[in-house]
Amino acid sequence: MTAERKEFRWIGKRPVRPDGVDKVTGRAQFSADFNMPGQLIGKVLRSPHAHARIKSIDTSKAKALAGVKAVITGADFPSLPDEWVGAGRVEGNFKYFSENIIARDKVLYEGHTVAAVAAVSAAIAEEALSLIKVDYEVLPHVIDPVEAMAPDAPLLHEKMITRGMKTPPTKPSNVAKWAEFLMGDPVEGFKKADVIVERSYTTKAVHQGYIEPHAVAASTSADGQTVVWCSSQGQYQVRTWVSKIVGLPLSSIRVIPAEIGGGFGGKLIPYLEPLAVRMSRLTNRPVKITMSREDVFRATGPTSGAAMKIKVGATKDGKIVAAEGEFIFQAGAYPGSPFMNGLMCSFAPYAIPNVRTWGYDVVTNRPKAAAYRAPGSPIAAYAVESALDELAKKLNIHPVDLRLKNAIVEGTPSYFGPKFGSVGFVETLEALKKHPNYNIPLGPNQGRGFASGFWFNGGGESCATVNINDDGTASVIEGNPDIGGSRASMAIMAAEVLGIDYDKVRPIVGDTASLGFNHVTGGSRVTFATGMAVVRAAEDAVREMKERAAMLWDISPDAVTWEDGFARPAGDNAGKHEPLSLKQIAGQAAKTGGPICGHASLNAQAPGPGLGSHMVDVEVDPETGHVKILRYTASQDVGRAIHPSYVEGQMQGGVAQGIGWALNEEYIYDKNGRLENPGFLDYRMPVCSDLPFIDTIMIEKPVPSHPFGVRGVGEVPIVPPMAAVANAIHSAIGKRLTSLPMSPPKVRAAIDGDA
Amino acid sequence: MSKHHVTATINGEPTEFLCETSQSLLDVLRDELELTGSKEGCTSGDCGACSVMLDGRLVCSCLVLGVEASGRTVDTIEGMAQGADLHPLQRHFLEGAALQCGICTPGFLIAARALLERTPDPTETEIRYWLAGNLCRCTGYDKIVRAVMDAAAEMRGAR
Ligand code: FES
Ligand code: FES
Repeated sequence: MTAERKEFRWIGKRPVRPDGVDKVTGRAQFSADFNMPGQLIGKVLRSPHAHARIKSIDTSKAKALAGVKAVITGADFPSLPDEWVGAGRVEGNFKYFSENIIARDKVLYEGHTVAAVAAVSAAIAEEALSLIKVDYEVLPHVIDPVEAMAPDAPLLHEKMITRGMKTPPTKPSNVAKWAEFLMGDPVEGFKKADVIVERSYTTKAVHQGYIEPHAVAASTSADGQTVVWCSSQGQYQVRTWVSKIVGLPLSSIRVIPAEIGGGFGGKLIPYLEPLAVRMSRLTNRPVKITMSREDVFRATGPTSGAAMKIKVGATKDGKIVAAEGEFIFQAGAYPGSPFMNGLMCSFAPYAIPNVRTWGYDVVTNRPKAAAYRAPGSPIAAYAVESALDELAKKLNIHPVDLRLKNAIVEGTPSYFGPKFGSVGFVETLEALKKHPNYNIPLGPNQGRGFASGFWFNGGGESCATVNINDDGTASVIEGNPDIGGSRASMAIMAAEVLGIDYDKVRPIVGDTASLGFNHVTGGSRVTFATGMAVVRAAEDAVREMKERAAMLWDISPDAVTWEDGFARPAGDNAGKHEPLSLKQIAGQAAKTGGPICGHASLNAQAPGPGLGSHMVDVEVDPETGHVKILRYTASQDVGRAIHPSYVEGQMQGGVAQGIGWALNEEYIYDKNGRLENPGFLDYRMPVCSDLPFIDTIMIEKPVPSHPFGVRGVGEVPIVPPMAAVANAIHSAIGKRLTSLPMSPPKVRAAIDGDA
Repeated sequence: MSKHHVTATINGEPTEFLCETSQSLLDVLRDELELTGSKEGCTSGDCGACSVMLDGRLVCSCLVLGVEASGRTVDTIEGMAQGADLHPLQRHFLEGAALQCGICTPGFLIAARALLERTPDPTETEIRYWLAGNLCRCTGYDKIVRAVMDAAAEMRGAR
């Protein structure tokens, strides 16, 4: 912990979160917990085929069933222009977004929505689905991204021309986009290398795996005003999407955020909301839709699988002189894999003079890839950090030292943008070397692996209001769903500025009508950007309270200071006045000008990038190929830990997800393009008995642009684990696993030498 | 199709409800009795978010039929605190930040209480295997295991 910690009263403490009691007593309302009088139940008909043309849909029998109130298909939604919008508040191609929510002339993956029904009961809605007759012409499909790039591959979008090429191709293909980053001259650079490692890697699609399935309730009144209750990573994002996809004025939609049961990027975009809103408008009744776990797996998430080629070269002393990477990411049915992030994050932690990365965004007959925690970076890091381990071993340099020799520091130029600002990468590596786990002796079949990871971290638009109540408390209204303790961080920062007790601050997450626009809960931006808005709003309230005190004392506001929750005269010149507490000032608000509140709106700039370094010990069972995680140590530059427990929690949770990605998780398709494991039994996420305690090291290198130095922390921790585990397996058995997941059969095959 | 009339003791209170033959206990709790603290993560017995006690035994309420509760006792998360007095497990989950999103929390609390009732002094390994039927995607389980250990120690009077 840093020395300046002492100046703070609340920052760095670990108080109970404001929403905690409701969450341990079952009172907290998550999205599926809302029910309304007169509510209809909605159900969704999904494609059984991976790729098919919809020749016709006959809904007449379903519509005629008693109790059915609405049946909708793609024809009930406006067709949107095929255009790319953004960057900015919305980004992407709404034609694709809309068609992913409900298919038009083709279905592009098993689970693709074809129609939806609202009825007076779930049983009737279910029966109605079975009465909808869809005439499909089944088409050849393609699941693998490399196969999808072949010249004779079945085309998902018959007119799609690759974007991003200097000379656009004349023929359509499944390659939605191509991109490249270049710095220096890698061809020349490699000539200087004494040692070169060149290797290919693959990863599989994995799901975010939030425990709460998607759910929504929507209600439209006779005047056309619609209210939507749902859990999401951004109520404003839901409002925008519903507005565009259903074709409604933004002002007619109010989105009320429910508590969210996990998202990890997968709840940044809506799936059910436009369907529920459309049906509630047709019926003027509330419509509730919940997804089954199977639907969650088949039709939401996952992140991309990828095929990558990495080449790195270094001189004998361990200086990396050149690096290249090719990244083929599968996007799922519509363009938009995180391959660009992969291109940028892959070599980002290292100061390499000559770098070239290039890649392809490839559509395949799978659900459209959604963001998953540091989207793109963990995939790329699996390849790059594995290659670096191999390089270190060839050079006979400790893998941590190789990274230290090449680590970026403040001022290092990046190959994709401006120079890096304040970064604490070196410190994360040095901290690992000092950790007791670094020197624990290993037994037979055990190995230790290291890897690092990078994430940009986000800023962006946020606003917040701080209301001062007459009993001396404060309410904070913010616009970002609390996905892992952010209300606690907001309350801590507000209490710190106001100078009152943490318990006297109650934060709420407002709906789209109670606060201006806020960007999503994602990109590790909330504690940074929304935190900044809360701090500024609290400062605004303090300014107002100083003015009120000045008025009561009849002195100039400049002659008032604010300290520990009291207004005080700034000095002797200001006159002798008893300090006024926040409560006293609030109590006299009526006579000094009315309610006291502070507000701030901002577009937060210059977030500090996040870097982390991990160390893992594994034991490989040579009989079964099973890999057991013995200990895990994650070290990260966290800027400033506002509530350290929730920072540790982000690190531990990200590591656990990364271990699942490394060892077990994958989307498995049969030859018809149907997902074979759409449930938790066969899509195996880590359980409690799979993991040890996860040790964390928080390095605090404050980010200059934030009043308290906050740095996003939520995404970096999922970046290093896959490579760290692969490198540990290599240390244990001397074999390098280059394809995820490193499941027992693959490890066993590697031991037997046929991998 | 006529519904069944079922009487059961839920969180200590005599309760009556009507349910269909195929309705799970989880659906009855959530949809008929408005006890939405038990969560649905899968309906296949794989996530433990729906954990409740049925006659003192830990079950996944998604795998039990509503009619099976007839004449039996059901204890859900809503009955865990005594008024404003939280159960030590609830308190330690809060103090130890053992929840992030909180969707898995009711299930973990019910399962952990069942463990501590039979094993007041569990080892870390016992806790990990007992809770292996409850999925949490947010925490990596670290703080959950610690919170259970801390609550167990407090309940034994060890601190
Ligand atoms: S909902 Fe019952 S175990 Fe998942
Ligand atoms: S806290 Fe989110 S699933 Fe456990």
